[in-house]
Amino acid sequence: MFRLIKLIGSSTILFVEELGRFTDFLYQVIKSIFSRPFGGRDLIKQLEFIGARSMSIIILSGLFTGMVLALLFYSVLTRLGSVDLMGSAVGLSLIQELGPVMAAIMVIARVGSSTCAEIAIMRNEQQFDALTCMAVNPYRFVMVPRFLAAIISVPLLTAIFNVVGIFGGYIVGVYLKGLSGTLYLQNLIDKIGWEELRMSVIKSFVFAVIFIWISMAKGFFVHFEKGVSGAEAVSLVTTKAVVASAIAMLFADYISNSFLI
Amino acid sequence: MSSLDSALIEVNQLDASYGDRQVLKDINLTVNKGEILVIMGGSGSGKSTLLKNMLGLMKPAAGEILINSMDINSVNKSELLKLRRTMGVAFQGGALLSSMSVGDNIKLPLRQHTDLDENTISIMTRLKLELMNLAGFEDLMPSELSGGMLKRAGLARAVIMDPKILFFDEPSAGLDPVTSVELDQLILELRKAMNMTIIVVTHELESAFTIADRIAVLFDGEVVITGTVDEIKNCTDERVINLINRSPRKVQIDGEKYLSRLTKGAK
Repeated sequence: MFRLIKLIGSSTILFVEELGRFTDFLYQVIKSIFSRPFGGRDLIKQLEFIGARSMSIIILSGLFTGMVLALLFYSVLTRLGSVDLMGSAVGLSLIQELGPVMAAIMVIARVGSSTCAEIAIMRNEQQFDALTCMAVNPYRFVMVPRFLAAIISVPLLTAIFNVVGIFGGYIVGVYLKGLSGTLYLQNLIDKIGWEELRMSVIKSFVFAVIFIWISMAKGFFVHFEKGVSGAEAVSLVTTKAVVASAIAMLFADYISNSFLI
Repeated sequence: MSSLDSALIEVNQLDASYGDRQVLKDINLTVNKGEILVIMGGSGSGKSTLLKNMLGLMKPAAGEILINSMDINSVNKSELLKLRRTMGVAFQGGALLSSMSVGDNIKLPLRQHTDLDENTISIMTRLKLELMNLAGFEDLMPSELSGGMLKRAGLARAVIMDPKILFFDEPSAGLDPVTSVELDQLILELRKAMNMTIIVVTHELESAFTIADRIAVLFDGEVVITGTVDEIKNCTDERVINLINRSPRKVQIDGEKYLSRLTKGAK
């Protein structure tokens, strides 16, 4: 019993310490956005890495998600006699929920893991020490381009995911199940307004902040991991970053749904 | 040494620790303007920790470090940044940014801190690369360089702003004897050409004896002796003699403790 209490106590202390470090990290990153010189070239490089290079997986996953949704809704709506609502059902599910969540999960898997590993290796190879000694702010130089690229790219990738998903639903509904294409699109346009689109953008923005923050901070503080070092520590923080980002993103999804719906 | 007598760096009563483990105990050290001071010691003696403290990368548990009469741990941020621009640091493995080419790494301080145009920056970079025998390597990525080249590229970046103080961590570690000697010569040439104050951390005796004006020997987190090469060679302290003669440490084994360590956890 005493051992359990001790374990809970020490875990709580570690969690609070980490939360403090992470909060300060986010504050430093946001503060550094406004410092000079602004790394335009690095931002473009990160936009290419986070945004452009994620397009293929976003398009593929969006297409299949939309197709699966259409199959599921076709089965349910046919039984209820409301198959005309297919367009809005697929569209609303994607735009309000699945689009932001699935796009974020894809980006976490591709970008979160590599960003965390890269930053952790930079830490291990004293690259942050070198920047500090050169009087170069590591937050501005390394973190800010990644942070800005993520919050610009993820909402755009989510929008692409939504559009491709709706198109996937259209393929299944119209070409495979024989629904009217005009009805599918008309129903979609009727039911989806600015409110739904706004929700999608806000969610994807919040998810982007969460995943890039956790991924960068986990890598940056790799030397605080107890009992591990070198390659093992990099592997450990990368796994932790992906898991923590996904869980925090789903938690934020619940919170934002509570406020926005 | 006669023109070098004013202290540029002062380490006063410095203590440093990692958690509960004290690594540096009451370190007192002075580095004079224009001299090459070598901090020497075996593995685990605390020399890298001392360097980290001198660079302001680690907060000491007690004591102060004055550079240009400024305490680097209490000076305000903008003063510290200004001070750092007058210092160059060559890290053990080069610490080049892996996502940038060698040339971009060396150009980085100039691009960040000066308004020089790209042509001037490129010429200055090539000058330093020539000095380090790395001409023609500027477009390569750090992963394409050997250990010795990485160190020299790191040194080129460290001196690109013509710093007044240069810190060099383990210049000879992991290098073949010829490259090691070349680096030693380079350090001497840098001091001669740029009149830098240089602090070198090393465990290589030959290198230390070749380049040092003075040597500080660290043992178990304490400075055993600070003196010229001859003073170190003539030192009568057993620990320094062992270090110079490369004699293994004589560890007194407590029989009971030894047995308990071996049988720990056995049933």
